[in-house]
Amino acid sequence: MNGKTKASPHLRSKINTSGIMLVVILALMPATGFGIYNFGLNVLYLILVTVGTAVVTEYVTGLILKRAVTIDDYSAVVTGLLLALSLPPDTPLWLGAVGGMFAIVIVKMLFGGLGQNIMNPAMAARSFLFISFTPLLNYRNPALEGESPSLLDMLVKNTSGVIGETSMLAIILGAAFLIILGVIDLKIPGAYIISFFAFIVMFTGSFSPDYLASYLTGSLVFAAFFIATDYVTRPISARNQILYGILLGFLTAQFSLRGYGFEGIAFAVIIGNLIVPLLNKMGTGTRND
Amino acid sequence: MIKKLNLKSNAAVERLFNGIVKENPLFVLLLGLCPALYVTTSALNGIGMGLATLFVLLFSNLVISLIRNSIPDKLRLPAYIIIIAIFVTIAEAIIKTALPALDKALGIYIPLIVVNCIVMSRVENYAAKNKVLLAVFDAFGMGLGFTLALMMIGAIREFIGVGELFGFRVMPPSYPGVSIFVLAPGAFFIMAFLFAIHKKLKVHKVMKETSPDAAEDNKKETSPDAAEDNKKETSPEAAEDNKENPSPETAEDNDKNKTSEAPQGKTEKKVKKEKEKKEKEKKEKEKKEKKEKKEKEKKEIKLKIAKTKPEGEKND
Repeated sequence: MNGKTKASPHLRSKINTSGIMLVVILALMPATGFGIYNFGLNVLYLILVTVGTAVVTEYVTGLILKRAVTIDDYSAVVTGLLLALSLPPDTPLWLGAVGGMFAIVIVKMLFGGLGQNIMNPAMAARSFLFISFTPLLNYRNPALEGESPSLLDMLVKNTSGVIGETSMLAIILGAAFLIILGVIDLKIPGAYIISFFAFIVMFTGSFSPDYLASYLTGSLVFAAFFIATDYVTRPISARNQILYGILLGFLTAQFSLRGYGFEGIAFAVIIGNLIVPLLNKMGTGTRND
Repeated sequence: MIKKLNLKSNAAVERLFNGIVKENPLFVLLLGLCPALYVTTSALNGIGMGLATLFVLLFSNLVISLIRNSIPDKLRLPAYIIIIAIFVTIAEAIIKTALPALDKALGIYIPLIVVNCIVMSRVENYAAKNKVLLAVFDAFGMGLGFTLALMMIGAIREFIGVGELFGFRVMPPSYPGVSIFVLAPGAFFIMAFLFAIHKKLKVHKVMKETSPDAAEDNKKETSPDAAEDNKKETSPEAAEDNKENPSPETAEDNDKNKTSEAPQGKTEKKVKKEKEKKEKEKKEKEKKEKKEKKEKEKKEIKLKIAKTKPEGEKND
């Protein structure tokens, strides 16, 4: 026996990055399917172009930067899918490609690849597209126009808004799948949604359920379960995750009251991401996962 | 030696090259970032800002170099600022009357040239210590370097942001323009990329290898003294490490690290040796400085500028 101990880690989980990413992709499938069902085949093309560009860009950038090519962990697929689902259905295809490239090159690879990015690549790219091509990203925003679709419409089929938020039922189905498999937990989404409504009530002073229901959009739930819980850009400790959720709730409430739709959520997530390192630094709570 | 003298006698060209490429104020020294972020929405704005800075830098360097021996050391900063402010006022008046559109685009950044880091640093670090002609060429180099850098950033932002170059449409009318590049984030993107490209090309590194200072540095490394220093290391691996190190500073750093790791008995010896080494280095530095002084004097005679000034007045 040679008494040498190998360097840590000594215990390895069988769950790896590609496994988690595959589960997330599966969980996003109901929302994707409903989006395609509601808006037609051009949405499918948009999703394929965005995801394809993200994957190809990651491969090419890895080659150029002489880094290990990491497309087999499916993280680029998740980034591309999240970006496509956060775009309006009539977005030009080339815009999806530009967004996918921006997300991978500028936000992810230039900062060091998976695990090193300081912002959620999909949300950063979404904000980049919104700021750069505002006239091309028009969509009807129910909260803005004052029309309040019935709750049943919201749950099953709501034709306005971005691709991924059409059906809250599909989003919750995917989120439940993630929670049951233990990929995410309720800390961030719960803190996010509850604090969002608390801040809306605080800022407007209105308790009317109809009024509050108009703010319960699919995009809020989508962002709370699929975007705010991103492993790379969320805080580590449990207490900080709840603080992070409250921060996102506050920012999203502010943007929503000013008439932003999904852009408000994207901005809130980016600003929240930038504060995460500070939260991690002051954190003393026990590790969550 | 011949190479060295050639370069030294060509000091004016060296100054220009230094300002534009080797020590480009924006890409290498990272000075003047605020105007660079704000005004570079188009190539023409970039050129305007760069030329205004060049104008102020040129005359400030000229005047301060002329009167550098009469400025009391304690009052030098207020004196510099007054001189710079005079030329900024002149530049502002010229731009306001001749180019009102440019004045509107540059806004507060024209009066702010008074506290521009490039002007302050060149005046304090170069003009106050060097002869007039050299100071003028230094101002030209730095000013042109800044202008070119601003023009490059402005041209790229204008091209991507609105599809124009120097105010002319170059992209097809269907090109929508990526408006984020006209806003502040675009300036950060483009500047970061240009910094990276400049570093990748390593233009300044190539220049360093051919410059006289670096030649001496290189000699130091290959000289028997340096070899001895390396031999002092306890382990052969460490010596090899040092040999691989290209710069003498890192070698010294390694030395220090090694001494802290070495066992107690040896440290005393090491410290002694290090002291000796440091003294040696000091002596070498002094020698170098003397050499440089001599060379400068020679060059001055060659250029026949130093007629009016008594020698050895250069205050370091």
